[in-house]
Formats: sequence, C-alpha cells, structure tokens
Amino acid sequence: MARAGKPDEKPIYDSARTVSPFVEEFRELARYRDLVKHLIARNIKTRYKRSALGILWTMLNPLLMMTVLTFVFSEVFRGAIVSKSYAAYALAGLLLWNFFAQTTTGAMSELIWGGGLLKRIYLPRAIFAVSALGTSLVNLLLSLIPLFIIIVVTGVPIRAVAVVLPGPIILTAMFALGVALFLSRVAAYFHDVMEMYQILLTAWMYMTPIIYPKNIIPEKFRWLFKINPMYHLMEVFREPLTGGGMAGPKTWAAATVAATVTLVFGWWFFSRKADELAYRI
Amino acid sequence: MSLLIESEIMTDGATANRRVSDETVIRLENVSVEYHAPREQIRSFKEYAIRLLQGRVQREEFKALCDVSLEVRKGEVMGVIGHNGAGKSTLLKLVSRVMKPTGGRVWVKGRIAPLLELGAGFHYELSGRENIFLNGTLLGCTHAEMESLFDEIVDFAEMGDFIEAPLRTYSTGMAVRLGFAVATARQPDILIVDEVLSVGDEQFRQKCAARMDSFRENGTTILLVTHDSKQVAGMCDRAAWLDHGRLRSVGDARSVVDQYKQFTKGLASQR
Repeated sequence: MARAGKPDEKPIYDSARTVSPFVEEFRELARYRDLVKHLIARNIKTRYKRSALGILWTMLNPLLMMTVLTFVFSEVFRGAIVSKSYAAYALAGLLLWNFFAQTTTGAMSELIWGGGLLKRIYLPRAIFAVSALGTSLVNLLLSLIPLFIIIVVTGVPIRAVAVVLPGPIILTAMFALGVALFLSRVAAYFHDVMEMYQILLTAWMYMTPIIYPKNIIPEKFRWLFKINPMYHLMEVFREPLTGGGMAGPKTWAAATVAATVTLVFGWWFFSRKADELAYRI
Repeated sequence: MSLLIESEIMTDGATANRRVSDETVIRLENVSVEYHAPREQIRSFKEYAIRLLQGRVQREEFKALCDVSLEVRKGEVMGVIGHNGAGKSTLLKLVSRVMKPTGGRVWVKGRIAPLLELGAGFHYELSGRENIFLNGTLLGCTHAEMESLFDEIVDFAEMGDFIEAPLRTYSTGMAVRLGFAVATARQPDILIVDEVLSVGDEQFRQKCAARMDSFRENGTTILLVTHDSKQVAGMCDRAAWLDHGRLRSVGDARSVVDQYKQFTKGLASQR
C-alpha cells in the first residue's frame, strides 16, 4: 500500500501508537494524495459536464460581474471614484474573494457529503477541505486568464513585481484552508452553521474593499480593514496587478502572520477531534 | 439469497487447518468504546445555543463495547454474531479504523478491504472509467495501482463499451458489479463483510463467490458480521458472540452459534 517500503511489508495499524493527530492527519493526507487529485477532477468535471459553456463559465462569471460593477461605479455613482484601473481592481478583488469563499463553503458541503463514507471506510478527514481548496485553486488559475486580458485591454501597466503573484495566492490558500478546517469541524456538529456562514460571508465581503475603492471609506472606519485578514491578503494580491507596485512590508507581514496562524490553528482544531467526526456527521 | 453460501465456502476441519496460520492479524486488547453523546440529537446550532442557555443539554454515557479482547489469526474466517445494538458494527469500525477505542488497544496487520457498501462514493455524472479511479483511491489504492488493475476490473464487471458512458446510464446491476469489482480488485489481507451480500444475477454471483473462495484459499482473513447465525455456522471457522457490548463467548463457530441459539430461545420463552 505504501509506495515506500518493501512490497511484502504489511501496513500495521495500532490504536495505541502515540502520534499527535496534528502530524498523523498530515501523514495520512500525503498517503492519499492520489485521491485528492481524483476528488478535484471530479469536482471540476461534474460542475461543467452538463453545461453548454463548460469551463468557459468560470472565466465568464466574474467578467460579467465586473462589467456590471464598472458600469455602476462609473455611470451611476458618477464621479465617486473611478480611475481607469477600476475594472482590473474589481475583477482581481472578486477572483480572490471567490477563491476564499468557494474553498470554505466547498469544504463544509463536501465533508457533509462524504459523511456517509467516513462512517464506513477510513479516510483522512481533512481530505475534503483539501480537495475543496484544490478545486477553487484550479478555478482561480483559470480565471487569471481573463484578468490578464482585462489588465492589458484597459491599459493598466503590469509591473514587474507581478511575478510575486504566487506568494499572495499561497497565503490566501493557507488562510482559506485554516478557516475551512475550523468551519468543517463546527459544521459536522451543527448543519445550520453553513447557512449562518453564508450571511457572515456576505457581511464580510462588504467589509472588505473588493467592489469599492478603499479610499471611499472614512478615516475613522479604516481600523476595520486593519483587523480583517482578507484586507491584507487582498492588498498583497491586488496592488501589483492594478499599477500600484508591491504592497508594503507591513501589509506583507500582516498577511503572512494571519495566514500562518489561521492555518496552524485550523489544522490543530480540526485534527484533534478528527476521529470523532465520523459519527457526528 | 446469499452469495457465500452458494459457494463451496463451507468449511471442513481439514481445509481450515491448512489455511489458518498461527500469525495474529487482528488483536483487540480490553477494548471499550464509550459514547459521550447528547441525549437527543441536536442538529442545529441555534437549538444548541438555546438549550445551553437553559441548561438543558443532557449528556449520556453509552457503552457500545466493554472490555472486549479478541484475536483473529491469518486466514481465519471469523463470524461475529449478536442482536441489534450488541456492538457488532462498532467492532467492525474499530478494525477498519473508522473509529478509535476509548479504552484498550486495537492492533491490525495488513491491508483491509471493506465490503460494506459497494460503490460508495460513485458519482453518477462521471463515466465508469472515472468512477473506477475515484472509488479505488477512496479505498486506499494509488493511481498507479488502479491503472494496473483497470483492465481486470472492466473485464470482471463485464462493462464492455459502457466503461466510457456516465454511470447514470447504467442499470443498478451494472453499478453494483462495478462496485464489487473495484472493491475486490486486489486481494486484501483482511476482508470485512457486513451482512452477506447478493450481487447481480446468478452467473455473476458465482463469479463473486469464486473470487471470495480464492481469497480465502490464499490466506485472506475474513471478518463476517451478521445476525444470521446459520451463515456463521456454515462458513466460519470461529465465531464471537457479542451481547450488549460484552463478549459472551468465542470459539468454534458451531458451538458458539449453539450457545447463542439457546440463549435466544431462553429469552423468547421468558417472555
């Protein structure tokens, strides 16, 4: 079964073996990495199998949203803001937000879907959160294509610093996985957490400068941004794409700390009760 | 209609001795499982919060298994009998690592194949091919292993050209055949069977039975859980009888079944 090790070596399971669940979950996940790939493939394929536009839809959806927003902000709220980089700004913001929102909600619904399986066969419990993350990562990478087209078309200069792009994506992935694991454990106990989270997610989105430029928020409310991890991640991701150059070191530091702490906490919170999840779902 | 009974799996002493080795593959040492569950299933957070404020969350201790010690040797066909709620499925879950004991120790050596719910995790929009890989990796195989087993699975399940068609176009029989073929594609060290299943038509059932027989001949340990004591007496080497989470008796299948039957009769006459 294990790829390493001699072929005739039998795997041994011993419930008394004392490995911390934190490490155990990680090790098992590595062993089941092929399943992660197949779960991601399943998610992507089944999403598009019966739709005429297929995979194009991933790219079109945020583009349509961006078009509406650009119209609203440049025509309806005339003069409110709007530089020529607004389209790229809104699209970049939406893509990163969707990545986060899809990962966290996907993790919960997949865990609840997989609950029947977890009661019958052994699987690393975190596998559903990880495959939800992988699925939304594929979607994000696909939708970067229209983003770059918009950037070029609207004439926003792409700075050389855009090469740091994988950095913010990795940080957001870490943050999203941490939140996803935390929510998964809670949702396994209480199914209505999913609905409550949808409301929270909407409120959270409006508290993060995604569709509006951050300078329209009065100075006295700006502290709300400072305590919002998604704000820092958003800045780090978006600045180089909208002509602003690299985000400042403080912003990078805040994003890195938020992502790391959230992931470690989420992993710990989830894995310490992972064995119980099977009969809670 | 049971799959195993129709086969030649009926044991006689001589073959059993040849098959079974001295090596222990499953060992339970003073195993207990205790649930610490809320008395009523509280499914919603709102409800839970309200009850918590009112101080109405009552918890209940429930012992699913209590101080069970059991050893199963390599190549043995071990039956587990008992009434509903006696702890049979908890025992299976412990062995298949779905659940951890709250007391004692569970030790299992070898690769486990659960024959519990065939085709668990099948997706109906995906093709047969895609489902083989998804299901196989769910059961713990790697992609490379599934690739090498692929042709044999398609062949055994008699899929033919349907293998590229989405599963929703399959008949129930076809889907179950595919499930069985994937679950048993590789000979496991330990096969877990929860209630004997009947799969597909007569001819396919015989194929399944032959495959199970060959596993048994080649040293697979079989753990069979059922409440049909006749099956246990017919096909198991040894049996364990669970009653209210305690191990009442373990030993030669027929004598354990006899004890169990007497006990059940006693209960019936008391009423």
